[in-house]
Amino acid sequence: MAVTVLIPTPLRPYVGGRDAVQVEAASIGELLDRLSGEHIALRKHLFADDGRLRSFVNVYLNDRDIRQLSAQETPVRSGDTVSIIPSIAGGSGGTMATAVHAGTEHAAPLPNLSHEEILRYSRHLILPDVGVEGQKRLKAARVLLVGAGGLGSPAALYLAAAGVGTIGLVDFDVVDKTNLQRQIIHGTAAVGKPKLESATARIRDLNPNVRVEAFETRLTSENALDIIRDFDIVADGTDNFPTRYLVNDACVLLGKPNVYGSIFRFEGQASVFYAKAGPCYRCLYAEPPPPGLVPSCAEGGVLGVLPGIIGSIQAMETIKLILGAGEPLIGRLVLFDALKLQFRELKLEKDPDCPVCGSHPSVTELIDYEAFCGIGAEPSYDGAEITAQDLKAEWEGNPDLLVIDVREPHEYEIAHIAGAVLIPLGELPDRLGELDGHRAVVTHCHHGARSLKALEILKAAGFAKVRSLRGGIDAWAVNVDSSLPRY
Amino acid sequence: MTLVLELRHATAVRRHGEADYPAEACGLIGGTVDGARKIAVALVPLVNQRTDAARNRYLIDPVSFRRAQERLDRDGLEVIGVYHSHPDHAAVPSTFDREHAWPWLSYVILGVTRGHAAEMKSWTLSDDRAAFDEESITIEERKVVWQ
Repeated sequence: MAVTVLIPTPLRPYVGGRDAVQVEAASIGELLDRLSGEHIALRKHLFADDGRLRSFVNVYLNDRDIRQLSAQETPVRSGDTVSIIPSIAGGSGGTMATAVHAGTEHAAPLPNLSHEEILRYSRHLILPDVGVEGQKRLKAARVLLVGAGGLGSPAALYLAAAGVGTIGLVDFDVVDKTNLQRQIIHGTAAVGKPKLESATARIRDLNPNVRVEAFETRLTSENALDIIRDFDIVADGTDNFPTRYLVNDACVLLGKPNVYGSIFRFEGQASVFYAKAGPCYRCLYAEPPPPGLVPSCAEGGVLGVLPGIIGSIQAMETIKLILGAGEPLIGRLVLFDALKLQFRELKLEKDPDCPVCGSHPSVTELIDYEAFCGIGAEPSYDGAEITAQDLKAEWEGNPDLLVIDVREPHEYEIAHIAGAVLIPLGELPDRLGELDGHRAVVTHCHHGARSLKALEILKAAGFAKVRSLRGGIDAWAVNVDSSLPRY
Repeated sequence: MTLVLELRHATAVRRHGEADYPAEACGLIGGTVDGARKIAVALVPLVNQRTDAARNRYLIDPVSFRRAQERLDRDGLEVIGVYHSHPDHAAVPSTFDREHAWPWLSYVILGVTRGHAAEMKSWTLSDDRAAFDEESITIEERKVVWQ
């Protein structure tokens, strides 16, 4: 039963230049098998490594696509004509092609998946946009998470679960009980242990196929390039401006995409900064805000679920970049408002005069980011601070001592030092008249930062005997009055 | 192999790439083969069917391919290549391009930067599918002789 097979031009070199060949077969499957058995070199162009017909190879029986018939089971009869018709696909591949596989375009083949991995990633494998190839790309990918905290926790968990082959973690902190409200990669048993130890154990348990590379260090201008260089994508989960600018500049210099997220109280932001294809963080924020203007999560608080949402967006964008799927968040800034449950999107333009990624960059190597952000040049407070124990002793000897609590009223409700007067820092300049300038004053806040600002305000207003409680009410609770809860 | 284009072909590919920016433009190249030269005769501009991700993907489905092939066949031509644009990317094949490539065909890629046609290069898939090798493009003017 001879069937005529029409060969498209690209495959003719493999069948002796002919445009048609005769094959004896009873079904399409048998026909393709015989055809590629006779012309061995044809096989790899028709079939993928897993033995399936390649997605861009279309087989028509007479005028019908065999996918609409019985696929490879479709029977053929003598006199039938089978056509192999190409579909042609391709594309720049978005950032995937340029970022993740930059320089490896013709290099290392993708890793294979074990039976265990095939089962584990089953719900990915049946997604057309992921499939076996996408899953292999995830396995080959190397993602660096800067910070294993609020944003890094969900990002690390989802990336590990998704099968990202290598996850790098940079953190030098120890798990604190106040972290547990949002940093879901750490458990209660990990309190007091290094975050990296706790995160690594959790990732191993979640997916032993993931390789964790832990960097127990602060990311600095000295080590950033060496650490980031070996990764394909960086997800920035830092909580401070110097590190944020450092991560951005290092990513621009190395040509890596930087998946950005940040959170504050009930609001979050996310974007993908990738200077090769769009703006960088400096195009958005050329200069950091003055130190102290934007409170950290420790000072301002944050809703625990919020980093879960923003960190998950970072994980999602990272995976999209690896797969080259969909529209990456390049050139767009997503703003999330948890209280309104509202997402807004701003378009970001690349700044041609950007000092790092513009056409004439002035920053061509990493700089001193602490100095850039105005940190580190803080005045010395020698003699202006008092410890909790000293305050207790002095206060007992001098009941006339005025202790001012400069925290917010809702913090006062959590815990307060008996006898202290509540004047929130923001109200202090307007309420100086309530204070007796001749009394000795001690300011206090939560950890001792805001009370130093209060001290400066009071000194500038002519108060002579002002000191600030070192370590704030937290130090008081630890060293003086253990009946107070810490927060 | 060398891909021989006429200036009007190169111009048409550039215009198509610019017109469809920021989406990827694509089409087929019909022509003949003369020894080591693939000679372009007619372009078949096609609609990119990846409406979901046209900025970084293109697709010519089998129905369009077949129709174009039949048309070229009537003129005694065959599909010798494919062209497509890379909006805001280099004229270099991506991994995705390579993984979906057919052998022998010339893959002409046009970089389009901010809406302006940039570099144009042609590539062919290596026999083992492992790499795309650049092939030379020769622009030749053929005079039409009226007889």
